[in-house]
Amino acid sequence: MNIALILIFGTMLLALWLGVRAQRGKDMSLEQWTVAGRGFGAGLVFLLMAGEIYTTFVFLGGSGFAYGVGGPAYYMLGFGSLSFVLSYWILPPIWRFAKQHRLLSQPDFFAKKFNSPALGILVALVGVVALMPYLVLQLKGLGIIVSVASYSGLSSTQGVWIGAIVTVIYVMVSGVHGSAWTSVLKDFLVLAVAIFLGLYLPWHYYGGITPMFEAIELAKPGFLALPATGKSAVWMTSTVLLTTLGFYMWPHMFMASFTAKSEQSLRRNAYTLPIYQMMLLFVFFVGFAAVLQIPGLTGPDIDLALFKISIATFDPWVVGIIGAAGVLTAIVPGSMILMAVSTLLANNVYRAIRKSSDNAEADNRHIGRMAKLAAPLVMLVGLWFTLQGGQTIVSLLLMAYSLVTQLFPALLASIMPSRPVSKAGAIVGILVGEATVAILSVTKMTISDLIPFIPDFLKDTNVGVVALTLNVIAMLLVTAVTRSGAKQDRRQLQADSIA
Amino acid sequence: MSAVRYLALVPVASVMLGPFFFNRVTPFLFGLPFLLSWMALSLAMTSVVMYVVYRFDPRNAPGYVEQGE
Repeated sequence: MNIALILIFGTMLLALWLGVRAQRGKDMSLEQWTVAGRGFGAGLVFLLMAGEIYTTFVFLGGSGFAYGVGGPAYYMLGFGSLSFVLSYWILPPIWRFAKQHRLLSQPDFFAKKFNSPALGILVALVGVVALMPYLVLQLKGLGIIVSVASYSGLSSTQGVWIGAIVTVIYVMVSGVHGSAWTSVLKDFLVLAVAIFLGLYLPWHYYGGITPMFEAIELAKPGFLALPATGKSAVWMTSTVLLTTLGFYMWPHMFMASFTAKSEQSLRRNAYTLPIYQMMLLFVFFVGFAAVLQIPGLTGPDIDLALFKISIATFDPWVVGIIGAAGVLTAIVPGSMILMAVSTLLANNVYRAIRKSSDNAEADNRHIGRMAKLAAPLVMLVGLWFTLQGGQTIVSLLLMAYSLVTQLFPALLASIMPSRPVSKAGAIVGILVGEATVAILSVTKMTISDLIPFIPDFLKDTNVGVVALTLNVIAMLLVTAVTRSGAKQDRRQLQADSIA
Repeated sequence: MSAVRYLALVPVASVMLGPFFFNRVTPFLFGLPFLLSWMALSLAMTSVVMYVVYRFDPRNAPGYVEQGE
């Protein structure tokens, strides 16, 4: 056991301790466990949402992607800008409706808005499927951190198991309170580590950030911009579009907005959160510093870039601190994802298909227990996928985004006052979108296989955007056919809100 | 809410058009490759723009009462 590993395991224990402490003295009903009784001010909502951004995806995936592909990694800055612009207008109506109806989750929201329990179950299943690659990438990060920081004393598989067990315990004892408080610790540590590495490594190896970029441009001309084909400007903007629209479609992000005390606190976050994204720059610097120093990492190994260069540069105790920050970026979001999946399965799938008894209180307790029991099972599935391996962190995330963004058109339609989409339209649209993503990812078809006559410059469009387009077309077509049905729904909803 | 909200289109245009018009490494801007610098500036500008939008939105004034949907 070296000093790096001791620091990393110490951090895991500290996170657990904070989680248990945060929970003490609170009666953990399902509403407490998942949305903290809707009592968080702007500060804590900020942390939950910011915490969401500062995941393994950024820490290892962001630096690895910059290392592996160069310029296209800048797309992350783009969706960091635009998702918050969008949030200013879409989160308040979501929050208001959720509060009014005491909703706990995203499927509740869709089911209530469209007056369709079936849509609720569909949305829950989409959430579960989309969150799995997201959970997998956190576990992958944990595996990398533990194995690299142990100087290969522990295997990546052992690292994945250890991280998974800690995350499950964490979720089972503390729920969302644990996530919020550990976020404080995590964000502080990650910010400090990222800025330090982003400034120190370029200075240490090149004498500064600009000399580093000059050296890279000399060695690999054009690497720091977008290529003409492949991950081109069309790829970048379509990916920004996809991830922007999808950002708040994540079940746990949707749920995090429910924890707000007021809609003002949600709007305020639209201008505070983008600043927080500036950390990405430093993460990129780390990845770029590794380009010429640790050459030769390819495929899924590009995610190792940050740790490989850290080990080549620092003493084990520094590697330990970096590893501790990395562990937190995986456990905190990992716990939120795990909690979201468990709640979706228990509350939105299991409850919806189970006969409810006369005793609502006992029902709620039962569902709450089921959610906690689901957590370890979900983690086992995540473990299984993680150990299959093969994909980089960013490609996992982009696949997950393709899946989850399919919920956006129906959501947008549901918060528009004119309610332009019917229940059937929403369901068919989502199904068409998901089916398209599934077919494209399984068959590895490209856009030009799908639409042979497409102009050359559109060939690099992100496949998620293609699926999104088909989704919207199907949604509008089916709505047009079922138009009279939509009118009926609307009358029903108005009658409901009067009653 | 006033026309101020349309300011939000500025970061959208900046992020979505930048990669087409400024896809280049040189000249370095603030010591960074040009496109990276552009995207980072867009991010900083988003924050400023959204602050202005927030300030001019009467719904965020202290004591504002929701009028319902």
